Amino acid sequence: MKSIEELNEIRQSTKMLVNQGQDRTNPRIVVGMATCGIAAGANLVLDTIMEEVRNLNIADVTVAQTGCIGVCRLEPIVEVIMPGEDKITYVEMTPEKAKKVVNQHIKEGKVVEEYNILLSQDEEHKIYKSLNDVDFYKKQFRVALKNCGVIDPESIDEYIAVDGYKALEKVLSEMKPKEVVDLIKQSGLRGRGGGGFPTGLKWEFTAKAQGDQKYVICNADEGDPGAFMDRSILEGDPYTVLEAMTIAGYAIGANKGYIYVRAEYPMAVKRLDKAIIKAKEYGLLGQKIFRTNFDFDLEIRLGAGAFVCGEETALIHSIEGERGVSTQKPPFPANSGLWGKPTLINNVETFANITQIILKGHEWFKSIGTEKSPGTKVFALGGKINNPGLVEIPMGTPLRDVIYEIGDGIPNNKKFKAVQTGGPSGGCIPAELLDSPIDYDTLIAIGSMMGSGGMIVMDEDNCMVDVAKFFLEFVADESCGKCTPCRIGTRRLFELLEKITSGNGSTADIDKLENLSREIKATALCGLGQTAPNPVLSTLRYFRNEYSAHVNKECPAGACQSLISYVINHSKCIGCSVCSKVCPADAIFGELKKPYTIDQSICVTCGACISKCKFNAIEIH
Amino acid sequence: MMDNQNCCCNYAESNNSLIMAKEELRAFKEMEGGLIPALHKVQDIYGYLPEEALKLISEELDVPITDIYGVASFYSLFSLVPKGKHVVSVCLGTACYVNGAQKILDRLSEELEVKVGKTTRDGKFTLQSTRCIGACGLAPVIMIDEKVYGRVIPNDIPKILKDFE
Repeated sequence: MKSIEELNEIRQSTKMLVNQGQDRTNPRIVVGMATCGIAAGANLVLDTIMEEVRNLNIADVTVAQTGCIGVCRLEPIVEVIMPGEDKITYVEMTPEKAKKVVNQHIKEGKVVEEYNILLSQDEEHKIYKSLNDVDFYKKQFRVALKNCGVIDPESIDEYIAVDGYKALEKVLSEMKPKEVVDLIKQSGLRGRGGGGFPTGLKWEFTAKAQGDQKYVICNADEGDPGAFMDRSILEGDPYTVLEAMTIAGYAIGANKGYIYVRAEYPMAVKRLDKAIIKAKEYGLLGQKIFRTNFDFDLEIRLGAGAFVCGEETALIHSIEGERGVSTQKPPFPANSGLWGKPTLINNVETFANITQIILKGHEWFKSIGTEKSPGTKVFALGGKINNPGLVEIPMGTPLRDVIYEIGDGIPNNKKFKAVQTGGPSGGCIPAELLDSPIDYDTLIAIGSMMGSGGMIVMDEDNCMVDVAKFFLEFVADESCGKCTPCRIGTRRLFELLEKITSGNGSTADIDKLENLSREIKATALCGLGQTAPNPVLSTLRYFRNEYSAHVNKECPAGACQSLISYVINHSKCIGCSVCSKVCPADAIFGELKKPYTIDQSICVTCGACISKCKFNAIEIH
Repeated sequence: MMDNQNCCCNYAESNNSLIMAKEELRAFKEMEGGLIPALHKVQDIYGYLPEEALKLISEELDVPITDIYGVASFYSLFSLVPKGKHVVSVCLGTACYVNGAQKILDRLSEELEVKVGKTTRDGKFTLQSTRCIGACGLAPVIMIDEKVYGRVIPNDIPKILKDFE
């Protein structure tokens, strides 16, 4: 068991280890090792760096593997901080490049300029030394992601060095549980899982609920397709979640917590596992934490692939070992949750804000963001965007800034069509609303919602009816089946959308779609069903003309396969035969050096030919 | 039931798994809500949830087998049928979808001559769609076993599959 004094010692002695400033005394190499970095090859880069450092026998170099550094497009990313110098970021690394960085930068002190130059999309070809100088970061404000990409998530000492466990220490030594609840209430923090319910109120309800046994649950069942901020926090800074859950336990009077995490996130699970073991070893979980009378223990429970388990009552049933079906509220989990006991459920990102609020106060938190939505929100920016990645912005930032300044706009000079927020529960926002500020209430007012924070950009090649169909297929698949509006209603919506996208729909079907959507919204049992029709309603609201076009057997975006045909423009085709070779259906024929032809009766409109033709000779009709 | 399960070596393997599973299940007897963790563990051992394992869980945890079926069939990660040697998962998260994941899935289905969710006749590949794996910056993404391939186009498929021949 570590005492407060021992933690302070660790803090002092490790501070230099994670120091990003010029007063460092030894070189530090940081490799972004989140799932995305590893997918891009970061583990090979890390291995090479470790080996080179060993081979060259350079003393006193710390090599840290961190979580997501943020800019997915530039992975694998390596950062080097040399004593007395600014941080240098190297992007798109390979083992060979990494070798050179160690040899030239670490050993000889010379920056390898050709690898750290980030070419911006404009023609100026700006040169940046560090990611901190790039537009992608300049507009951001990091609270929940403060430590992601900075500290080694597997080192409790590095977490302690960046003021880790100071908030817990403060809470246990200086504050009464009620004061903690009041502070969170005053901060105005709202649930980052999507609904935006005031966190402090939830804490207050659970604190006031009657019962000798209470629980804290962290909802880490991030199921929204296109959202990965919770995964990044768990992979990049697991201790912050552990610390916040412990604080919540103290505030509401619980001594046991569960982290319900997706089994599809093996690395997050592994890091959480390690973090729990280490925290227990340090006496920061378990009995008599900081030698007070407060006990708190944590256990991980794995999800098993059911989107509905993100809904709190379904999640509770899943922890209880049952099918993850939702139940009618009230009673709310605050009064009757896990095994019928008062239970506090917050999402990962919500917890990631807690320690900062405790340490810096509610006034500080309220000074960020907007009056009704204080603080920041993390978004997973993806889709048709030049700089996809993880971004954290103050609430109230206009959508346009996120897409054009942080995300650097749409690739290939295509036209922006819509941005989808809120996952299956959200909606598509059209170009004319791009100046809307991002906060809970504005997004709802324009027919979308915050959701967990997926932000998918779509361009002119994306068909909005097809996108609605995609989400409806998802929710119809994922409905728990308990209530009829959701189980059967979403299936019927999907079938109607399929009919329309295949060119067999009528105007009456569009009306049916709209009416059924409203019925389901009004009658479904839980949040999943009540929001399931949102993608339909929001696309109908802003893109009704695309629905009408499909009824007239046209897909304006050229995306719905049954409504398009590929035709070779004979004036452009030089007869190179590439298209014929890649056609999986043998539908393209012709004579070399003469224009080729596609047999429409055989063509499966897979698009393989169009992606290979160098002469733009294949057109979509 | 598969024919080759009558063969002695497979019998021995299955018997080993049974012993191993029985051993592991002890940990879940006392655990509140231990059924789902138990199913995870047994699926780790067998690669799927065979009938004999479900019966074993029923005996060890004292849960009716109908309840176990109810839970196992509810969650998409639990499989009651064996999977192929390699599991090919195409991410159908939104970012992957808008970047053309459906075409990748169609092409894989064509190349492997197997429907989505099924295993090839030679037992080599299982093709499945999967929900967001959280590598949206590399969309569209496919995952074969543990290996992630990013920014895939349909014509990459034959080459990628060659890695597993």
